Amino acid sequence: MARMKFLCDDERCIECNACITACKNEHEVPWGVNRRRVVTIDDGQQGETSISVACMHCSDAPCAQVCPVDCFYTTEDGVVLHDKDLCIGCGYCFYACPFGAPQFPQDGAFGNRGKMDKCTYCAGGPEEDNSEAEFEKYGRNRLAEGKLPLCAEMCSTKALLAGDGDIISKLFSERVVKRQLSQEQQDPESRQVKLWGWKTAYKD
Amino acid sequence: MNRFILFLTALGFSSQSIADEHNIWRQIREGIGGYSAVTGQESNILIQASGSQWLYIRNELIAGTGAWLLALTVLALAGFFLIRGRVKLTEPRSGERIERWSRSERWLHFYTASLFILLAITGLSLLYGRSILIPWLGHDGFSRFADIAKIIHNYTGPLFTVGLVMMGMIWFQDNLFNKTDLTWFKQFGGLIGDKHPSAGRMNAGEKAWFWLLMIAGVLVSITGMNLDFPNLDQYRLIMQISHIIHSVSAFLLIIGALGHIYIGTIGTEGALQGMITGKVDKTWARQHHDLWYQQHENLTVQKNLSESKKNISTEQNNSGTQI
Repeated sequence: MARMKFLCDDERCIECNACITACKNEHEVPWGVNRRRVVTIDDGQQGETSISVACMHCSDAPCAQVCPVDCFYTTEDGVVLHDKDLCIGCGYCFYACPFGAPQFPQDGAFGNRGKMDKCTYCAGGPEEDNSEAEFEKYGRNRLAEGKLPLCAEMCSTKALLAGDGDIISKLFSERVVKRQLSQEQQDPESRQVKLWGWKTAYKD
Repeated sequence: MNRFILFLTALGFSSQSIADEHNIWRQIREGIGGYSAVTGQESNILIQASGSQWLYIRNELIAGTGAWLLALTVLALAGFFLIRGRVKLTEPRSGERIERWSRSERWLHFYTASLFILLAITGLSLLYGRSILIPWLGHDGFSRFADIAKIIHNYTGPLFTVGLVMMGMIWFQDNLFNKTDLTWFKQFGGLIGDKHPSAGRMNAGEKAWFWLLMIAGVLVSITGMNLDFPNLDQYRLIMQISHIIHSVSAFLLIIGALGHIYIGTIGTEGALQGMITGKVDKTWARQHHDLWYQQHENLTVQKNLSESKKNISTEQNNSGTQI
């Protein structure tokens, strides 16, 4: 079975924020909830790096480990989903998650949290596939229709990749090698090694 | 332990400049922030470094150690009851009773105590419910219970704080430590052996419980108020630290309360009666709080004396006018 993953190529991401817009529109995400976001490190400086981040659908998800009501489950495709009917809005998943993926709409007085919302990898929730109830709670279920997450599908520079982890990591490694080769062709004297981890390995 | 040290060092990494492009992923892993067009709680941070440490502390250290501590406390109290048994009155009851707790003191005690039990049950079920209550109630049943438990816990917390602060104010004077407490501790408060160490209105054990309640209670209240308002956009690290302090001090309070409830009910003959009716038998007072009893008796004697003097003088006056 495939294990679904996201991969963001930081050399390609141009911080257009279209993945966010597509996600919000596709799932009709409530105001104040962001299932995906783009973060730019060293913004405005030479070598700035942009990365699009959402729930990374961890194999050993911390949110699932900390949840007091045990509302998380992993599908056969390796997608981490949760049951909003069980969620009590305690916020522990948000404290445990490395990526800040869980989001909470405010519900009731004194900042009481409502049901948690996060990226579903466009795979809906425990309700019947593509039912109205599922759309209301979790947004569209594209995976059940045989489609990949919309954010990655419409990424203009194909920086954001989604799919079987084996396939997209192979795709990415091919890209990295090609980048290196083309650079060497342009400038054979180039000592600017771009391969990731090169400096760590060879103290260049 | 290693993970705990990591958690502490993680506090240090927040604003490091990017020196080397090749180190960028390492720095992201350590929690460096950037710019994000999406506004929200720490939305500019790609990876928060302290999350996995907090998860380990909550799931392993707090839940694991806490369960053992609770079990050992209950076992120790049960074992103590079996071996030592109830601390009985050594002399028969005199039948005369004196006031130990005023009406308002009793109300305050049971107000705070009942809120404490409610908070302890709801709080513990959030920590242990998944492993204990879900197999019993099922996912749906426990979720419904936890939903209510969370609301009860969040709303009664501040009410408990009110009781705590009032307790601190009215019993502060009685709970200052003095020399008699040292001998009381040396003789284990008469729990072990047959001695009856001297004590004022509060014995050293009660004083220790008072100060534990004040220190851990204040910590629980401050961190609890912080956790009560997640809409104030606190950093996740602040919430994680608050949660850790909240649970650790709550465990100290629960363990203390178990001992306190044991001593106040089945552990000591005549103690519960004092807190319910407000009055204790003179024999009980002499045995457990001899100094307080003496003080009380002296006061009564003085009062009686002054009253009888007054009576005598009024009688004289009366007789004077008659003549």
